Amino acid sequence: MKNKTWLYWLFFLALFTAPFYLTEFRLSLLGKFLCFAIIAVGISLIWGYTGILSLGHGVYFGLGAYCMAMYLKLEDSRGHLPDFMEWSGVEKLPWFWKPFENPLFAIFSAIIIPVLLAAFLSYFTFKNRIKGVYFSLLSQAVVVVFVTLFIGKQEWTGGTNGLTNFSTVFGFSLSSPLTQIVIYLLTVLLLCFIFIFSRWLTRSRFGRVLIAIRDSENRVRFLGFNTTTYKVFVYSLSAAFAGLAGVMFVLQVGLISPAMMGIIPSIEMVLWVAVGGRNSLIGAIIGAIATNSAKSFFSENYPDIWLLFLGGLFISIVMFLPNGLAGLYESFVQRKGRRERRKNEAGSHVSRSVS
Amino acid sequence: MSILITQFFNGLSLGSVMLLIALGLAITFGLMGVINMAHGELIMVGAYMTYVIQQMFAKYLPSSIDYYYFLAIPVAFFVSAFIGWGLEKWLIQYLYHRPLDSLLATWGVSLILQQIARSIFGAPNVAVLPPSWLEGGVNFAGIVFPYKRLFILLFVLVCMLILYFYLNKTPAGRRMRAVTLNRDMASCLGISSRKVDAYAFAIGSGFAGLAGCALTLLGPIGPTIGTYYIVDAFMVVILGGVGKLIGTIFGAFGIGLVSTLTEYSTSTTMAKVVIFAMIIAFLQWKPSGLVSVKTRSLD
Repeated sequence: MKNKTWLYWLFFLALFTAPFYLTEFRLSLLGKFLCFAIIAVGISLIWGYTGILSLGHGVYFGLGAYCMAMYLKLEDSRGHLPDFMEWSGVEKLPWFWKPFENPLFAIFSAIIIPVLLAAFLSYFTFKNRIKGVYFSLLSQAVVVVFVTLFIGKQEWTGGTNGLTNFSTVFGFSLSSPLTQIVIYLLTVLLLCFIFIFSRWLTRSRFGRVLIAIRDSENRVRFLGFNTTTYKVFVYSLSAAFAGLAGVMFVLQVGLISPAMMGIIPSIEMVLWVAVGGRNSLIGAIIGAIATNSAKSFFSENYPDIWLLFLGGLFISIVMFLPNGLAGLYESFVQRKGRRERRKNEAGSHVSRSVS
Repeated sequence: MSILITQFFNGLSLGSVMLLIALGLAITFGLMGVINMAHGELIMVGAYMTYVIQQMFAKYLPSSIDYYYFLAIPVAFFVSAFIGWGLEKWLIQYLYHRPLDSLLATWGVSLILQQIARSIFGAPNVAVLPPSWLEGGVNFAGIVFPYKRLFILLFVLVCMLILYFYLNKTPAGRRMRAVTLNRDMASCLGISSRKVDAYAFAIGSGFAGLAGCALTLLGPIGPTIGTYYIVDAFMVVILGGVGKLIGTIFGAFGIGLVSTLTEYSTSTTMAKVVIFAMIIAFLQWKPSGLVSVKTRSLD
């Protein structure tokens, strides 16, 4: 057990020192993947630990990203109307854009808006004991609703193009390498914090209740727990993670569009966690990084095969590796332990027979 | 008044399309409890089969091209049913007790089918020319009812009747309902639930093919046509309730009518939002949908 903690520290140390040994391009890719890893931790919390499969995390991610992007856009246009609004003939800044001039408000709402939406959706479904696949499908419908809404309200959201062309954040130029490195380090720090927090949470009494809900919700209810509260809380928490990931994402990539919060990105998020191992937080992080590295490799080299590969990955993970890479590691460790034990037993047997 | 009738007819028409798509789901999801995300791609397969049949008629039998549709319907049904059967045999069979995982695995299948369609037929949409006897429409009191829409309404009606007859009047249908109600008890009484599962899945997939065939009448088809309809179709089944076909009918026409009416008074995007909010609100009142099978079991 001690051995494992040591590995975690090494992993995060490697991430922190990445600016020293990665090129600027690779670093920006890794930074993007780490944002995805933040979402993956949240999904692991709700899916692996609580048994809620959400296909709607693209929306929470997107809302967080849009909140930050609105601030960046306003800072970029310096008191004028954002360019896309002028193109669609809007004359005055809409009232709900106004407060986003304040960066703190933007970051605050990037967390609170996804949380409110998630709490709303999950409260009204879990309260009625709608669960399992029904909830998954409803959360997918949320994605469809928001994507059509964001594309449809072009004059407020920038339509299909989304929000882009930012120049500065807090007065620092976004294109300077130093700013990007600082943002990268902040992302690692955030991921580290979220990982430690989630690990603490899952090992606490609260985490045990979550696992119990996953395994037998009715039994937990009979024991007197209000399972709805637990599920709503953990679902909203993971939405907050996704919103924060959106903030960091938009700072690094400089673009957010409805295509990034659609049905396919949302379900891809689940795949990251499935690849890494749904019951393991560190597995989720590694899964997000590994899957996205594979994606950028394939879409750079063989764009046609990527979808086939993705589809095959979904099927083979579910069929052959339901616990993902982490499960593979666990079973490897177990097998090794069993072999050693057998060897020891065999040895003792031999020695006994000799005496 | 005429506007109201037009809207009502549009709603009915949209409802019939939704019903056609949701019928297959009502079997695989409603009766068997399997989430088949590749259902939309089975619709796509049906649509492309219609396209292929039409192209073949145009090439080899140009004189009787008007009647290609009558061949396209069974071909679409059987090809989709065959794919569905294979899907059940090689994938879903192993995931019956893991519904969330079957959702993910079938999503993978849907991505693969989309990519295959893209490499065979190309990424751009293709148009299927409707038979000439479906051009035009009935003019009634100054309102035009297009033949295509009327045909789809009729088509759905026929499909419904066949399915109803199959489920309620034939021995095979009775077995299927028995397995739905209580799988273990049905197996004890000598019904091969493996066989029933395979049949039910094939039939549900076949209905997806029929839906695809009908969709070609309404517009061009592409590799992603399934994704476009699948979420709405699942909403229909959730709203309608699981286990009874009548719920699906109500769900489909309910969503169809409400969404055309809201579209008329607001906009298409707002209609989506309103419909979703109404579904959530409705589930507060009836969490298991419009029509549900009464049961004492807890899960």
